[in-house]
Amino acid sequence: MTDIAMREGYGRALEEYGEINPDVVVLDADTSSSTLSSFFARRYPERFFNIGIMEPCMVDFAVGLALGGKIPFANAFAALLSLRAMEQIRTCVCYARTNVKLVAGYSGVSDYKDGPTHHSIVDIAAMRSLPELTVIVPADAVEAAKWVPIIAEYDGPVYLRLSRAATIPVHDNAVEVEIGKGLTLREGTDLTIVATGSMVGRSMLAADELAEAGVDARVLEIHTIKPIDAELIQQAAEETGALVTAEEHSVVGGLGGAIAEVLCSAHPTILERVGIADAFTRTAPDPDSLMDACGLAVTDIVEAVRRALARK
Amino acid sequence: MPYHTEEETLALEERARELRIDSLAMIHARQAGHPGGSLSVAEVMAALFFSKMRLDPKRPDWTERDRFILSKGHASAILYAALARRGFFPRKDLEQWGELPCHLQGHPDRLKTPGVDMNSGILGHGVAIGAGLATVARMNGLSYRVYVVLGDGECQAGVIWEGAMAASKFRLANLTAILDYNDVQLDGPVHEIMPLAPLVDKWRAFNWAVLEINGHDVRQVLEALDAVEEIHDRPSVIVAHTTKGKGVSYMENDCHWHGVPPNDEQWAQALAELKETRR
Repeated sequence: MTDIAMREGYGRALEEYGEINPDVVVLDADTSSSTLSSFFARRYPERFFNIGIMEPCMVDFAVGLALGGKIPFANAFAALLSLRAMEQIRTCVCYARTNVKLVAGYSGVSDYKDGPTHHSIVDIAAMRSLPELTVIVPADAVEAAKWVPIIAEYDGPVYLRLSRAATIPVHDNAVEVEIGKGLTLREGTDLTIVATGSMVGRSMLAADELAEAGVDARVLEIHTIKPIDAELIQQAAEETGALVTAEEHSVVGGLGGAIAEVLCSAHPTILERVGIADAFTRTAPDPDSLMDACGLAVTDIVEAVRRALARK
Repeated sequence: MPYHTEEETLALEERARELRIDSLAMIHARQAGHPGGSLSVAEVMAALFFSKMRLDPKRPDWTERDRFILSKGHASAILYAALARRGFFPRKDLEQWGELPCHLQGHPDRLKTPGVDMNSGILGHGVAIGAGLATVARMNGLSYRVYVVLGDGECQAGVIWEGAMAASKFRLANLTAILDYNDVQLDGPVHEIMPLAPLVDKWRAFNWAVLEINGHDVRQVLEALDAVEEIHDRPSVIVAHTTKGKGVSYMENDCHWHGVPPNDEQWAQALAELKETRR
């Protein structure tokens, strides 16, 4: 396990994979030294395109590259990529099913110092509503790196949601991930915590704390928000009888919404959602205190678990 | 540059006339579609699909083919007519346009219709997508060119100019836009709704090579398409001055006919007028 920033794990992996797969091309919207697509850019300047501050154009340009047979990784800040280029993503990436990999850096509140303009708290909801799009949220730097070759070799549009910062490390290098297959990180019988992204590490801490209090919580990591692993979720609902979701995203339409959709048709079950309240965030001196202030603290998960258990 | 004989230009004029009749017949039969912008671009489409572009209807995925993006995707009727007459699919498919089982969608769809290189219909995407496609040709050492047909109204969209900047940054000389400058959009004249002038200066300021032609003169269209191949350091745009609704007297320059189909009587008159223009 490492505690390098997720963006660095991704940036190094992209550079490394560029050597293996000459069809990979990379675009950025004047944020390469932030998203760390700059590592690839330095090594393969002829396969890197800095499009400047025009995310819609960057996505369309990537579409053109994909039509010609390249595998473009288009990088930008999540808030801009998912919202400013939303129509490009809907029409030219998803509807036309072009092989574009959208890499959304600085997601959630990980750009703590720039504040709400740069926080991306609705992108999962927006992206997972689009037909044809695969939506992936890694938990840490190691996992972010693992996804690079997998999404490159998957034929179709992907949205990869990354954090700026180091998240609590969850995986060692032996972890194997597969699109659409959730991971059981901790067995448990009393209740299931379903987490994604930076909240996976925090959910593991919450489970430790709950164990000390005699609560045996299962922890699932759902990295693929779409297509979601409905089978694993249904099994958890049947076996543990209550679920808590945890995500660095609005409570509207994100992982919690996706799980609620699965449960209401497959196996109606008690569900509590930990996420950012339906309100704009604020600026903070560091990511951890901001996450805590946004209702994403380990204690928020523990309290949600207690609420869910009380309803059982 | 090649010399184009009068025989060739007359044949292409006849093609343009056929494409106008096909488009309007389709729009009339379906009672949906966009007549004005299909009629205005007929000579450009005829020159591209029946003379200029390197295509093989038997191999719509041929790597070396020239690429075509109808950025003004509302004019799908004339694209479908051109593809059918070029042999990409049977002409009888045109009669099914818009029916549930039919591959011909309201706007072009690359996954459903053979010969369509890219989906369009939401305006503004053609230049930036074309720039990406043109970049691949250069990276892969392929000689194909990318042709993008733009509407004038869509030049109001910011992403057109984003794409223009990107194409000139990367000096994509194998990218050519043809701008159907008919000066009419849905709500009225372009110069009233949101003026584009000075449009030629705008493209020049974005470091594109600009040619200005009469878009209904087949010879001018052909010669412009030849001339842009001699430009090697920047993308090019052919500003084609045209008349919206060209060839049907009551449709010409009238924004009403942007997206309204003719009724039976109007269609009969239009057909008579379009047949009369045969030389």
